[in-house]
Amino acid sequence: MSNRLDTLPTFEVRVNTSALSRRRFRARGRATNTLLGCAGLLTVALIAQFLAPLGIVRAQDLPPTTVILAAFIDLLGEATMWMAVYDTIYVWAIGLVVASVAGIVVGVLLGSSEPLRRATSSTVEFLRPIPSVALVPLVVLVFGPRYESALVLVIYAAFWQVLVQTVYGVADVDPVVADTARSYRFSRWGVMRYVIWPTALPFVMTGIRLAATVALVLTVTAQLIIGTPGLGQSIALAESGGANARMYALVLITGLLGLAVNIVVRLVEKRVLAWHMSFRKDASE
Amino acid sequence: MKAAQSILHTLALPVVLVATWWVVSFDSTNVYFPSLQRILQAFPATWLDGGMESRLVVDGFASVWRLLVGFVVATVIAVALGTLIGLLPRVRAYCEPTLELFRAIPGPVLVPIIGLFAGIGDTMKIIVVLLGCLWPILLNTVEGVRAVDSVMIDTAKSYRLSPRRRIVKLILPAASPQILAGMRQGLSVGIILMVISEMFAATNGLGFTVVQFQRNFALPEMWTGIIVLGLLGLVASVFFQIFESRSLRWYTGMRRAARDA
Amino acid sequence: MLEVTHLQKLYRTAETSFEALRDVHFTVAPGEFVCLVGPSGSGKTTLLKCMAGLMKPTSGTVRVADKAVAGPPEGLALVFQEYGRSLFPWLRIAENVELPLKELKIPGKERGARVAEALAHVGLENSARSYPWQLSGGMQQRVAIARAIAYRPDVLLMDEPFAAVDAQTRADLEDLVREIWRDLKITTLFVTHDIDEAVYLAERVIVLSSTPTIVQREMIIDLPSERDQLSTRALPRFSELRHDLYAEIQKAKTHSALTLTA
Ligand SMILES: Nc1ncnc2c1ncn2[C@@H]1O[C@H](COP(=O)(O)OP(=O)(O)OP(=O)(O)O)[C@@H](O)[C@H]1O
Ligand SMILES: [Mg+2]
Repeated sequence: MSNRLDTLPTFEVRVNTSALSRRRFRARGRATNTLLGCAGLLTVALIAQFLAPLGIVRAQDLPPTTVILAAFIDLLGEATMWMAVYDTIYVWAIGLVVASVAGIVVGVLLGSSEPLRRATSSTVEFLRPIPSVALVPLVVLVFGPRYESALVLVIYAAFWQVLVQTVYGVADVDPVVADTARSYRFSRWGVMRYVIWPTALPFVMTGIRLAATVALVLTVTAQLIIGTPGLGQSIALAESGGANARMYALVLITGLLGLAVNIVVRLVEKRVLAWHMSFRKDASE
Repeated sequence: MKAAQSILHTLALPVVLVATWWVVSFDSTNVYFPSLQRILQAFPATWLDGGMESRLVVDGFASVWRLLVGFVVATVIAVALGTLIGLLPRVRAYCEPTLELFRAIPGPVLVPIIGLFAGIGDTMKIIVVLLGCLWPILLNTVEGVRAVDSVMIDTAKSYRLSPRRRIVKLILPAASPQILAGMRQGLSVGIILMVISEMFAATNGLGFTVVQFQRNFALPEMWTGIIVLGLLGLVASVFFQIFESRSLRWYTGMRRAARDA
Repeated sequence: MLEVTHLQKLYRTAETSFEALRDVHFTVAPGEFVCLVGPSGSGKTTLLKCMAGLMKPTSGTVRVADKAVAGPPEGLALVFQEYGRSLFPWLRIAENVELPLKELKIPGKERGARVAEALAHVGLENSARSYPWQLSGGMQQRVAIARAIAYRPDVLLMDEPFAAVDAQTRADLEDLVREIWRDLKITTLFVTHDIDEAVYLAERVIVLSSTPTIVQREMIIDLPSERDQLSTRALPRFSELRHDLYAEIQKAKTHSALTLTA
C-alpha cells in the first residue's frame, strides 16, 4: 500500500481524496440534518396533538394534529379547495409579473439618470412605506370582492420592492466600466445589455424575491378581509362557520403554498444568478 | 446654495404631484374620488377635533402601541433565538424546516387563529404583529450569525474572549447589518398586520376607523384615513432609517471605503 | 517554551481521511525567534491552529509553557495573515487593541496605558480613534500586532502576517517584529513563504516537508543579532544561508514523510 502511494505524486493523492471525502462528508451531514429537521417538525406536531387533551387549550381552539391532518386530507379531495389554490396563485402570479415588469422598467429608467434619480427619490421614499392595506377601503368600494381588488393591493406592494432594488442595482454600476463601454462606442442598448443589466441583475432578483413574499401576503389579505375568492376567503369562511380543524388545515395549505413560492423563487434566483456568475467570470478572467 | 438645491430636489416632485392631484380632482363628481380640497377640509374635523380625545390621539395611540410592543418584543425574541440557532448547527438543523414552514404562512391568516385564543383585544393584535415581525428578523439573524467571519471567530477564541463577550462584541455586531435588514422587513409586515387585525375585528385603532368610514360611505373622511395610514408608514420608516444609520455607521463607512478603493 | 511532540493531524471525514501532519516534532526555547517554512499546503496553518488550541490534533501533544494545550492557552497571541478579517470593523483601533485586555480584567486606567503604549510601538498613536477600514493594509496589520503586544503574551504565533502587504511596508514590519521580539523577549514562531524573510528574521528555521508532513530539517541562522535590511542582507553568510534554505525548500516540494522516512 505504502509502496504504491510512494510512486504517486503526492499532489494528486491529496486533491482526489480530499475533494472526494468532503463530498461524502457533506452527503452524510445532509442526511443527519434531514433527520433532525423531520424530528423538529414531528415535535411541533406532537405538541399540537397533546395540548388539547392535556387541557392546556380548548380542543375547539386547537384541534389535535390528527384531526387537522384528517381535515387536510378531506380538503385535498375537494374541488373548491383546488379552485381556491388556483385563484390564489393566479392573482399572486399576475400581480407579481406586472409589478416586476413595471418595477424593472421604471427602476432602470430612474437608476440610469442621476438627475432623474435625485428628483424622484423623495417621492419614492414617501410612497414606498405607505402600507398598501391602507388602500383596502378604497378598492372595496371601487371593485368590491373581485380579483381587481387583490391585484391593486398586490401590485402596489410588490412594485416598490422591485423598483427600489432595481434603482439601487443600476446605480451600483461602476462608472469607469460604463465609461469604458461608451468609449468603445457601445450603443445605448449595448451598454444597457452588457454593462447595466448584468450588474443590476442580482439586485433585481433580490427585489423579486422580496416582492414574491409580499405579493402572497397581500393576495391572502385581500381574500381574508375583502373576500376575493381564494384560500384567504376559505379561511375566513371556515372561521365564521366555526370549522376550526378545517381552518387550520387551510392555513397549513396556505403555508405549503408559501413554501412552494419561496422554493421556486429561490431556485429561479439561483439559476439566473448562477448563469450570471459564470457569464461574469468568463468576462473578467 | 447646495442645501437649497437639495431641498428643491426633495420637494419639487411631491409638490408637483400634490398640485396635480388638487387640480385634476378639483371639480370631481366621482363619489369614490372626492376632490383633494374636500379631503383636506374634512381632515381637521375628522382627526384633530377634541384635543386629547381626538381620533389622531386615541386611535393613533392604540395602533402605534400595538405595533411598537409587537415589533419590539418580536425583535428581542428573534435576535435571541436567531443567535442561538445560528451558533448551534444541530439546533439549526432541528428547527430549520419548521421555521421555513411557519415563515411561509402569510401573516394575515394568523389573525383568525390568534383571535381564537386571544379574543379581539389588544393582546390579539400585539401577538399577530409579533408573529408577523418575528420570522423575517429571526431568519435574517440566523443568516447573519452564520456568516460571521471564521478568522474573526478564531481571533476571539485565541484571545480567550468569554462566550458572553464573544456574542456581544463579535457575533451581534457582525450580524447587525443583516439583523437590521430583517427588522426593516419585519416593520413593514408589522404595519400591514396591525392595520389588518384592526380591520378584521376591533373597536378602535386606525385600521378600524378607516373601515368604519368606508362602511358609512364617508368618503372624504375615508381618504383622510388613508392619508393618515400613509403618514404612519412614512414616519415609522423615517424613524427606522435614523435608527439604522446610527447603528450601522461603521458598516456604511466600510462599504464606502471598499467602493472607493 | 513550545513543545510539539509527535503531532499528527488527520482531516477525517465519513470514509476517507486526509493526513495533513504525519509526525511533527520540534521545540522552541523561551525567547527564541523561529521561522517555519514549507511548501504551500504543507500544513503550516494546520500546525499553528493546533498549537493555538483552535483545532484538536489527532494525536501527539502541544505544550505551551509546560502546559498541555487543550483550548486556546493563556499568554499566547496569534496574528493572522488576513488582517482585514481579524480586526473588528465596528470597533475603533484603540477598542480593537483593548478588547482582549478587558477579558484579562485589567483595570481601565492600565488598559488605556497599555493600548497607548502598544499603538506607539507600532507608530499608530494618531490612528487610535480611526476604524480599521480607514487604514491601509500595512497599518491594519500593525494594529493586529499592537493588539498582540498589548496583550503581553509569552508566545507569539504569526501565520504569514506580511503576505498581503507591499514590499516596502513588509521590510518595515519585519524590523518592527524583530524589535518587538528583542525588546519584549517574546517567544516567536513566524510562518512565512519567503526565504529571505525567514533568514532575515529568525535565529532558527524549521523546514516542513509536503504532506503527510514531518519536520524535514532545522537550520541555525548564525547571523549577528543586530540586523539591518541593507547590511545584513549584503552579508556573504546571508547568501549562503539563503541558498541552503532555497535548496531545502525545493527538496521539500517533492518530499514527505513517505519518502523521507522510507
Ligand atoms: N478543513 C479541512 N478539511 C480537509 N482538509 C483540509 C482542511 N484544511 C486544510 N486541509 C488540507 O490540509 C493541508 C494543509 O493545509 P494548511 O492550510 O495547513 O496548509 P498551509 O501550509 O498553511 O498552506 P499555505 O502555505 O497555502 O497557507 C492542505 O492540503 C489542505 O488541503
Ligand atoms: Mg496557511
